[in-house]
Amino acid sequence: MMKKLFALLFASFVVCAAYAQEAPDVLVQRVTDDVLEIIRKDKEIQNGDTHKVIELVEKKVLPNFNFTHMTALALGKEWRKASPQQQQQLTAEFKTLLVRTYANALTGYKNQKVVYKPFKMAAADTDVLVRTEVQQPGNKPVQLDYSLEKLDSGWKVYDVVVAGISLVSNYRDQFGQEVRNGGVDGLIASIAAKNKSLESGQKK
Amino acid sequence: MSDYFCASGVRRARHTLLGGLLVALTCGSVLADQNPRDPYEGFNRAMFATNEVIDKYAAKPVAQVYDNAVPLPVKASVGNFFGNAGDLWIGVNSALQGKFGDAGIDLGRLLVNSTVGIFGLFDVASELGLERHDEDFGQTLAVWGVDGGAYLYWPVLGPRNVRDTVGFAVGAYADPVRQVRPVSVRNSMAALRFVDIRASLLPSDRVVEEAALDKYAYIRDAYLQRRRNQVFDGRPPRLDD
Repeated sequence: MMKKLFALLFASFVVCAAYAQEAPDVLVQRVTDDVLEIIRKDKEIQNGDTHKVIELVEKKVLPNFNFTHMTALALGKEWRKASPQQQQQLTAEFKTLLVRTYANALTGYKNQKVVYKPFKMAAADTDVLVRTEVQQPGNKPVQLDYSLEKLDSGWKVYDVVVAGISLVSNYRDQFGQEVRNGGVDGLIASIAAKNKSLESGQKK
Repeated sequence: MSDYFCASGVRRARHTLLGGLLVALTCGSVLADQNPRDPYEGFNRAMFATNEVIDKYAAKPVAQVYDNAVPLPVKASVGNFFGNAGDLWIGVNSALQGKFGDAGIDLGRLLVNSTVGIFGLFDVASELGLERHDEDFGQTLAVWGVDGGAYLYWPVLGPRNVRDTVGFAVGAYADPVRQVRPVSVRNSMAALRFVDIRASLLPSDRVVEEAALDKYAYIRDAYLQRRRNQVFDGRPPRLDD
Protein backbone atom coordinates (compact mmCIF):
# COMPACT_ATOMS: atom_id res chain seq x y z
CA MET A 1 0.00 0.00 0.00
CA MET A 2 2.70 2.39 1.05
CA LYS A 3 4.72 1.36 -1.95
CA LYS A 4 1.82 2.08 -4.28
CA LEU A 5 1.22 5.49 -2.77
CA PHE A 6 4.87 6.30 -3.06
CA ALA A 7 4.90 5.19 -6.68
CA LEU A 8 1.88 7.36 -7.39
CA LEU A 9 3.48 10.35 -5.71
CA PHE A 10 6.67 9.78 -7.60
CA ALA A 11 4.83 9.44 -10.90
CA SER A 12 2.92 12.66 -10.39
CA PHE A 13 6.14 14.40 -9.46
CA VAL A 14 7.77 13.21 -12.68
CA VAL A 15 4.75 14.34 -14.69
CA CYS A 16 4.85 17.78 -13.06
CA ALA A 17 8.56 18.16 -13.63
CA ALA A 18 8.24 17.10 -17.24
CA TYR A 19 5.40 19.55 -17.69
CA ALA A 20 7.34 22.46 -16.23
CA GLN A 21 10.28 21.75 -18.45
CA GLU A 22 8.28 21.01 -21.56
CA ALA A 23 10.48 21.88 -24.52
CA PRO A 24 9.32 24.87 -26.57
CA ASP A 25 8.66 22.88 -29.73
CA VAL A 26 6.68 20.29 -27.77
CA LEU A 27 4.68 23.09 -26.17
CA VAL A 28 3.82 24.68 -29.51
CA GLN A 29 2.80 21.36 -31.00
CA ARG A 30 0.72 20.32 -28.00
CA VAL A 31 -1.20 23.60 -27.85
CA THR A 32 -1.69 23.79 -31.63
CA ASP A 33 -2.93 20.22 -31.89
CA ASP A 34 -5.18 20.71 -28.89
CA VAL A 35 -6.79 23.87 -30.22
CA LEU A 36 -7.19 22.61 -33.79
CA GLU A 37 -8.75 19.39 -32.54
CA ILE A 38 -11.34 21.36 -30.60
CA ILE A 39 -12.09 23.64 -33.55
CA ARG A 40 -12.42 20.70 -35.90
CA LYS A 41 -15.16 19.26 -33.68
CA ASP A 42 -16.95 22.49 -32.86
CA LYS A 43 -19.58 23.52 -35.38
CA GLU A 44 -20.33 26.80 -33.58
CA ILE A 45 -16.73 27.95 -33.83
CA GLN A 46 -16.59 26.96 -37.48
CA ASN A 47 -19.67 29.08 -38.07
CA GLY A 48 -17.85 32.06 -36.64
CA ASP A 49 -18.97 32.14 -33.00
CA THR A 50 -16.43 34.73 -31.87
CA HIS A 51 -17.21 34.52 -28.16
CA LYS A 52 -16.72 30.80 -28.08
CA VAL A 53 -13.43 30.87 -29.92
CA ILE A 54 -12.14 33.73 -27.76
CA GLU A 55 -13.00 31.64 -24.72
CA LEU A 56 -11.03 28.76 -26.19
CA VAL A 57 -8.03 30.97 -26.93
CA GLU A 58 -8.14 32.48 -23.45
CA LYS A 59 -8.19 29.07 -21.83
CA LYS A 60 -5.70 27.18 -23.99
CA VAL A 61 -3.45 29.68 -25.69
CA LEU A 62 -3.13 32.73 -23.43
CA PRO A 63 -1.36 31.04 -20.52
CA ASN A 64 1.51 30.35 -22.92
CA PHE A 65 1.95 33.95 -24.05
CA ASN A 66 3.89 36.79 -22.47
CA PHE A 67 1.81 39.82 -23.41
CA THR A 68 3.86 42.30 -21.44
CA HIS A 69 6.90 41.44 -23.52
CA MET A 70 4.85 41.59 -26.73
CA THR A 71 3.52 45.02 -25.89
CA ALA A 72 6.96 46.30 -24.93
CA LEU A 73 8.32 45.09 -28.28
CA ALA A 74 5.50 46.69 -30.22
CA LEU A 75 5.99 50.02 -28.49
CA GLY A 76 9.79 50.04 -28.69
CA LYS A 77 11.73 52.80 -26.93
CA GLU A 78 8.64 54.52 -25.57
CA TRP A 79 7.92 51.52 -23.35
CA ARG A 80 10.48 52.45 -20.74
CA LYS A 81 9.22 56.02 -20.61
CA ALA A 82 5.68 54.88 -19.91
CA SER A 83 4.45 54.66 -16.32
CA PRO A 84 3.75 51.20 -14.85
CA GLN A 85 0.08 52.01 -14.97
CA GLN A 86 0.23 52.97 -18.65
CA GLN A 87 2.19 49.81 -19.38
CA GLN A 88 -0.47 47.77 -17.67
CA GLN A 89 -3.38 49.43 -19.46
CA LEU A 90 -1.67 49.25 -22.82
CA THR A 91 -0.87 45.57 -22.34
CA ALA A 92 -4.48 44.84 -21.43
CA GLU A 93 -5.90 46.64 -24.49
CA PHE A 94 -3.32 45.21 -26.87
CA LYS A 95 -4.02 41.75 -25.52
CA THR A 96 -7.73 42.12 -26.19
CA LEU A 97 -7.02 43.25 -29.74
CA LEU A 98 -4.57 40.43 -30.48
CA VAL A 99 -6.76 37.75 -28.93
CA ARG A 100 -9.72 38.79 -31.03
CA THR A 101 -7.68 38.90 -34.23
CA TYR A 102 -6.03 35.58 -33.53
CA ALA A 103 -9.30 33.95 -32.51
CA ASN A 104 -11.07 35.08 -35.65
CA ALA A 105 -8.20 33.86 -37.80
CA LEU A 106 -8.79 30.46 -36.20
CA THR A 107 -12.46 30.35 -37.16
CA GLY A 108 -11.30 30.48 -40.77
CA TYR A 109 -9.42 27.25 -40.19
CA LYS A 110 -10.94 24.64 -42.46
CA ASN A 111 -8.84 22.50 -44.73
CA GLN A 112 -5.41 23.49 -43.55
CA LYS A 113 -2.81 21.19 -42.08
CA VAL A 114 -0.06 22.28 -39.70
CA VAL A 115 3.37 20.77 -40.24
CA TYR A 116 6.10 21.11 -37.61
CA LYS A 117 9.59 21.88 -38.88
CA PRO A 118 12.61 20.13 -37.39
CA PHE A 119 13.69 21.92 -34.22
CA LYS A 120 17.08 22.10 -32.59
CA MET A 121 18.18 24.06 -29.55
CA ALA A 122 21.05 24.10 -27.12
CA ALA A 123 20.27 23.29 -23.48
CA ALA A 124 21.31 26.78 -22.43
CA ASP A 125 19.09 28.63 -24.95
CA THR A 126 16.55 30.99 -23.43
CA ASP A 127 15.20 32.46 -26.67
CA VAL A 128 14.17 30.23 -29.56
CA LEU A 129 12.15 30.17 -32.75
CA VAL A 130 9.78 27.25 -33.34
CA ARG A 131 8.92 26.92 -37.00
CA THR A 132 5.72 25.49 -38.42
CA GLU A 133 4.02 25.61 -41.76
CA VAL A 134 0.35 25.76 -42.62
CA GLN A 135 -0.43 23.78 -45.75
CA GLN A 136 -3.61 24.36 -47.72
CA PRO A 137 -4.82 22.74 -50.93
CA GLY A 138 -4.05 24.77 -54.06
CA ASN A 139 -2.17 27.48 -52.19
CA LYS A 140 1.40 28.05 -51.24
CA PRO A 141 2.19 26.86 -47.71
CA VAL A 142 2.30 29.65 -45.16
CA GLN A 143 5.19 29.88 -42.76
CA LEU A 144 4.02 30.26 -39.16
CA ASP A 145 6.75 30.72 -36.56
CA TYR A 146 6.67 31.35 -32.82
CA SER A 147 9.33 33.18 -30.83
CA LEU A 148 9.57 31.85 -27.30
CA GLU A 149 11.54 32.89 -24.26
CA LYS A 150 12.33 30.89 -21.17
CA LEU A 151 10.86 32.28 -17.96
CA ASP A 152 10.66 30.76 -14.48
CA SER A 153 7.11 29.70 -15.29
CA GLY A 154 8.22 27.88 -18.43
CA TRP A 155 8.50 28.80 -22.10
CA LYS A 156 6.31 31.69 -23.23
CA VAL A 157 5.53 32.94 -26.72
CA TYR A 158 6.39 36.61 -27.25
CA ASP A 159 5.91 36.88 -30.99
CA VAL A 160 4.05 35.14 -33.78
CA VAL A 161 5.48 35.44 -37.28
CA VAL A 162 3.13 34.74 -40.21
CA ALA A 163 4.80 34.48 -43.64
CA GLY A 164 7.71 36.43 -42.25
CA ILE A 165 5.44 39.13 -40.84
CA SER A 166 5.97 39.59 -37.13
CA LEU A 167 2.58 40.43 -35.68
CA VAL A 168 4.31 42.42 -32.97
CA SER A 169 6.78 44.43 -35.09
CA ASN A 170 3.99 45.19 -37.51
CA TYR A 171 2.50 47.52 -34.88
CA ARG A 172 5.74 49.47 -34.39
CA ASP A 173 5.01 52.30 -36.82
CA GLN A 174 1.33 52.49 -35.97
CA PHE A 175 2.09 52.69 -32.26
CA GLY A 176 4.81 55.26 -32.93
CA GLN A 177 2.37 57.35 -34.94
CA GLU A 178 -0.26 57.27 -32.20
CA VAL A 179 2.29 58.14 -29.52
CA ARG A 180 3.55 61.10 -31.58
CA ASN A 181 -0.01 62.33 -31.94
CA GLY A 182 -1.41 61.77 -28.47
CA GLY A 183 1.20 60.23 -26.21
CA VAL A 184 0.96 56.79 -24.70
CA ASP A 185 -2.48 57.65 -23.31
CA GLY A 186 -3.61 58.52 -26.82
CA LEU A 187 -2.39 55.14 -28.01
CA ILE A 188 -4.21 53.35 -25.21
CA ALA A 189 -7.39 55.27 -26.08
CA SER A 190 -7.11 54.36 -29.80
CA ILE A 191 -6.71 50.66 -29.13
CA ALA A 192 -9.54 50.77 -26.60
CA ALA A 193 -11.77 52.49 -29.17
CA LYS A 194 -10.82 49.89 -31.78
CA ASN A 195 -11.64 47.09 -29.34
CA LYS A 196 -14.96 48.67 -28.55
CA SER A 197 -15.95 49.06 -32.18
CA LEU A 198 -15.03 45.42 -32.87
CA GLU A 199 -17.04 44.32 -29.87
CA SER A 200 -20.14 46.22 -30.93
CA GLY A 201 -19.72 45.27 -34.59
CA GLN A 202 -19.86 41.67 -33.58
CA LYS A 203 -23.15 41.91 -31.69
CA LYS A 204 -24.99 42.88 -34.84
CA MET B 1 11.29 67.43 -90.07
CA SER B 2 7.75 67.24 -88.82
CA ASP B 3 8.57 63.82 -87.49
CA TYR B 4 11.32 65.34 -85.49
CA PHE B 5 9.03 67.98 -84.02
CA CYS B 6 6.43 65.42 -83.35
CA ALA B 7 8.88 63.19 -81.56
CA SER B 8 10.28 66.03 -79.54
CA GLY B 9 6.76 67.12 -78.74
CA VAL B 10 5.99 63.69 -77.43
CA ARG B 11 9.24 63.69 -75.58
CA ARG B 12 8.43 67.08 -74.12
CA ALA B 13 4.99 65.91 -73.13
CA ARG B 14 6.52 62.90 -71.52
CA HIS B 15 8.97 65.11 -69.66
CA THR B 16 6.15 67.29 -68.44
CA LEU B 17 4.22 64.23 -67.36
CA LEU B 18 7.22 62.79 -65.57
CA GLY B 19 7.94 66.17 -64.06
CA GLY B 20 4.36 66.43 -62.91
CA LEU B 21 4.53 62.97 -61.40
CA LEU B 22 7.78 63.85 -59.68
CA VAL B 23 6.28 67.03 -58.31
CA ALA B 24 3.30 65.06 -57.08
CA LEU B 25 5.60 62.52 -55.47
CA THR B 26 7.77 65.17 -53.86
CA CYS B 27 4.77 67.11 -52.58
CA GLY B 28 3.43 63.92 -51.12
CA SER B 29 6.65 63.40 -49.26
CA VAL B 30 6.72 66.95 -47.96
CA LEU B 31 3.13 67.00 -46.82
CA ALA B 32 3.02 63.61 -45.16
CA ASP B 33 4.50 62.74 -41.83
CA GLN B 34 8.14 61.95 -42.41
CA ASN B 35 8.66 58.23 -42.53
CA PRO B 36 12.05 57.31 -44.00
CA ARG B 37 10.67 53.98 -45.15
CA ASP B 38 7.79 55.61 -47.00
CA PRO B 39 8.91 58.89 -48.60
CA TYR B 40 5.88 59.16 -50.90
CA GLU B 41 3.32 58.43 -48.23
CA GLY B 42 0.89 61.14 -49.36
CA PHE B 43 0.80 59.85 -52.93
CA ASN B 44 0.66 56.24 -51.73
CA ARG B 45 -2.22 56.87 -49.40
CA ALA B 46 -4.19 58.40 -52.27
CA MET B 47 -3.50 55.33 -54.43
CA PHE B 48 -4.39 53.09 -51.51
CA ALA B 49 -7.74 54.81 -51.14
CA THR B 50 -8.38 54.33 -54.87
CA ASN B 51 -7.53 50.68 -54.64
CA GLU B 52 -9.79 50.17 -51.66
CA VAL B 53 -12.70 51.39 -53.78
CA ILE B 54 -11.76 49.19 -56.77
CA ASP B 55 -11.42 46.23 -54.46
CA LYS B 56 -14.64 46.84 -52.58
CA TYR B 57 -16.81 47.16 -55.67
CA ALA B 58 -15.08 44.91 -58.19
CA ALA B 59 -12.28 42.56 -57.19
CA LYS B 60 -13.51 41.42 -53.81
CA PRO B 61 -17.16 40.69 -54.73
CA VAL B 62 -16.04 38.62 -57.72
CA ALA B 63 -13.55 36.73 -55.57
CA GLN B 64 -16.25 36.07 -52.98
CA VAL B 65 -18.64 34.68 -55.57
CA TYR B 66 -15.84 32.48 -56.92
CA ASP B 67 -14.89 31.32 -53.45
CA ASN B 68 -18.46 30.40 -52.51
CA ALA B 69 -19.57 28.91 -55.81
CA VAL B 70 -16.59 26.78 -56.80
CA PRO B 71 -16.00 23.51 -54.94
CA LEU B 72 -12.69 23.12 -53.15
CA PRO B 73 -11.11 20.46 -55.42
CA VAL B 74 -11.69 22.72 -58.44
CA LYS B 75 -10.25 25.75 -56.63
CA ALA B 76 -7.26 23.67 -55.60
CA SER B 77 -6.73 22.58 -59.20
CA VAL B 78 -6.94 26.15 -60.44
CA GLY B 79 -4.34 27.18 -57.86
CA ASN B 80 -2.16 24.19 -58.76
CA PHE B 81 -2.42 24.91 -62.48
CA PHE B 82 -1.18 28.49 -62.17
CA GLY B 83 1.34 27.39 -59.57
CA ASN B 84 2.71 24.91 -62.09
CA ALA B 85 2.84 27.54 -64.83
CA GLY B 86 4.80 29.69 -62.40
CA ASP B 87 7.34 27.03 -61.47
CA LEU B 88 9.38 27.61 -64.62
CA TRP B 89 9.96 31.27 -63.77
CA ILE B 90 10.64 30.32 -60.15
CA GLY B 91 13.28 27.89 -61.42
CA VAL B 92 14.87 30.56 -63.61
CA ASN B 93 15.07 32.89 -60.63
CA SER B 94 16.49 30.20 -58.36
CA ALA B 95 19.22 29.69 -60.97
CA LEU B 96 19.81 33.44 -61.36
CA GLN B 97 20.33 33.60 -57.60
CA GLY B 98 22.87 30.78 -57.79
CA LYS B 99 20.58 28.26 -56.09
CA PHE B 100 21.04 25.52 -58.67
CA GLY B 101 19.80 22.74 -56.40
CA ASP B 102 16.55 24.63 -55.91
CA ALA B 103 16.35 25.34 -59.64
CA GLY B 104 16.64 21.59 -60.31
CA ILE B 105 13.79 20.93 -57.91
CA ASP B 106 11.68 23.65 -59.54
CA LEU B 107 12.17 22.12 -62.98
CA GLY B 108 11.56 18.64 -61.56
CA ARG B 109 8.28 19.94 -60.15
CA LEU B 110 7.34 21.37 -63.53
CA LEU B 111 8.07 18.05 -65.26
CA VAL B 112 6.26 15.88 -62.71
CA ASN B 113 3.23 18.13 -62.36
CA SER B 114 2.85 18.77 -66.10
CA THR B 115 2.79 15.04 -66.82
CA VAL B 116 1.76 12.90 -63.85
CA GLY B 117 -0.11 15.88 -62.41
CA ILE B 118 -2.12 16.25 -65.66
CA PHE B 119 -1.10 19.70 -66.96
CA GLY B 120 -0.44 20.88 -63.45
CA LEU B 121 -3.97 20.35 -62.14
CA PHE B 122 -2.60 18.20 -59.32
CA ASP B 123 0.45 19.05 -57.28
CA VAL B 124 1.93 15.56 -57.28
CA ALA B 125 5.44 16.94 -56.81
CA SER B 126 4.64 18.31 -53.35
CA GLU B 127 3.29 14.89 -52.36
CA LEU B 128 6.63 13.47 -53.48
CA GLY B 129 8.44 15.92 -51.23
CA LEU B 130 9.55 18.35 -53.94
CA GLU B 131 8.69 21.57 -52.15
CA ARG B 132 7.54 24.65 -54.01
CA HIS B 133 9.90 27.57 -53.66
CA ASP B 134 8.98 31.19 -53.49
CA GLU B 135 11.09 33.18 -55.93
CA ASP B 136 10.53 36.07 -58.31
CA PHE B 137 12.65 38.57 -60.18
CA GLY B 138 12.32 41.21 -57.47
CA GLN B 139 13.99 38.80 -55.05
CA THR B 140 16.66 38.02 -57.64
CA LEU B 141 17.44 41.74 -57.93
CA ALA B 142 17.65 41.92 -54.14
CA VAL B 143 20.07 38.98 -54.04
CA TRP B 144 22.14 40.78 -56.70
CA GLY B 145 22.41 43.70 -54.31
CA VAL B 146 19.81 46.05 -55.78
CA ASP B 147 18.35 48.30 -53.10
CA GLY B 148 14.60 48.21 -52.53
CA GLY B 149 14.09 51.89 -53.28
CA ALA B 150 11.03 53.82 -52.25
CA TYR B 151 7.85 52.09 -51.20
CA LEU B 152 5.04 52.61 -53.69
CA TYR B 153 1.39 51.75 -53.68
CA TRP B 154 0.04 51.03 -57.16
CA PRO B 155 -3.62 50.87 -58.09
CA VAL B 156 -4.66 47.22 -58.73
CA LEU B 157 -1.10 45.92 -58.25
CA GLY B 158 -0.93 47.08 -54.66
CA PRO B 159 2.23 47.53 -52.63
CA ARG B 160 5.58 47.25 -54.44
CA ASN B 161 8.79 49.10 -53.87
CA VAL B 162 10.73 50.32 -56.90
CA ARG B 163 12.80 47.14 -57.10
CA ASP B 164 9.77 44.88 -56.92
CA THR B 165 7.94 47.01 -59.49
CA VAL B 166 10.78 46.34 -61.94
CA GLY B 167 10.80 42.70 -60.87
CA PHE B 168 7.07 42.49 -61.47
CA ALA B 169 7.38 44.03 -64.96
CA VAL B 170 10.09 41.56 -65.96
CA GLY B 171 8.09 38.69 -64.44
CA ALA B 172 4.98 39.77 -66.33
CA TYR B 173 7.00 39.80 -69.56
CA ALA B 174 8.28 36.26 -68.89
CA ASP B 175 4.84 35.03 -67.81
CA PRO B 176 3.90 31.87 -69.79
CA VAL B 177 0.23 32.85 -69.70
CA ARG B 178 1.17 35.85 -71.85
CA GLN B 179 2.09 33.45 -74.69
CA VAL B 180 -1.30 31.77 -74.75
CA ARG B 181 -3.34 32.28 -77.91
CA PRO B 182 -6.04 33.15 -78.87
CA VAL B 183 -5.94 36.37 -76.94
CA SER B 184 -9.43 35.79 -75.53
CA VAL B 185 -8.26 32.58 -73.83
CA ARG B 186 -5.17 34.34 -72.56
CA ASN B 187 -7.25 37.13 -71.08
CA SER B 188 -9.67 34.69 -69.46
CA MET B 189 -6.76 32.85 -67.92
CA ALA B 190 -5.21 36.04 -66.59
CA ALA B 191 -8.57 37.06 -65.14
CA LEU B 192 -9.09 33.65 -63.53
CA ARG B 193 -5.64 33.81 -62.01
CA PHE B 194 -6.33 37.26 -60.61
CA VAL B 195 -9.61 36.07 -59.06
CA ASP B 196 -7.91 32.97 -57.67
CA ILE B 197 -5.21 35.06 -56.02
CA ARG B 198 -7.74 37.56 -54.67
CA ALA B 199 -9.88 34.72 -53.31
CA SER B 200 -6.89 33.19 -51.55
CA LEU B 201 -6.48 36.49 -49.71
CA LEU B 202 -10.07 36.65 -48.48
CA PRO B 203 -9.39 35.05 -45.08
CA SER B 204 -6.67 37.58 -44.31
CA ASP B 205 -8.97 40.52 -45.17
CA ARG B 206 -10.87 40.23 -41.94
CA VAL B 207 -7.71 39.81 -39.91
CA VAL B 208 -6.18 42.98 -41.35
CA GLU B 209 -9.47 44.84 -40.98
CA GLU B 210 -9.65 43.88 -37.29
CA ALA B 211 -6.01 44.03 -36.33
CA ALA B 212 -4.96 47.31 -37.91
CA LEU B 213 -5.13 50.66 -36.18
CA ASP B 214 -4.19 52.17 -39.54
CA LYS B 215 -4.84 49.76 -42.40
CA TYR B 216 -2.51 51.55 -44.81
CA ALA B 217 0.43 51.38 -42.39
CA TYR B 218 -0.40 47.83 -41.40
CA ILE B 219 -0.30 46.64 -45.02
CA ARG B 220 2.84 48.63 -45.80
CA ASP B 221 4.77 47.23 -42.85
CA ALA B 222 3.51 43.72 -43.51
CA TYR B 223 4.64 44.01 -47.13
CA LEU B 224 8.11 45.24 -46.14
CA GLN B 225 8.53 42.46 -43.57
CA ARG B 226 7.23 39.78 -45.90
CA ARG B 227 9.50 40.76 -48.79
CA ARG B 228 12.52 40.80 -46.51
CA ASN B 229 11.58 37.32 -45.35
CA GLN B 230 11.22 36.11 -48.95
CA VAL B 231 14.57 37.56 -50.01
CA PHE B 232 16.22 35.63 -47.18
CA ASP B 233 14.19 32.49 -48.00
CA GLY B 234 12.30 32.46 -44.74
CA ARG B 235 15.32 32.98 -42.52
CA PRO B 236 16.00 36.69 -42.31
CA PRO B 237 18.73 37.83 -39.94
CA ARG B 238 17.29 39.29 -36.79
CA LEU B 239 16.85 43.02 -36.61
CA ASP B 240 18.14 44.32 -33.30
CA ASP B 241 15.68 46.33 -31.28
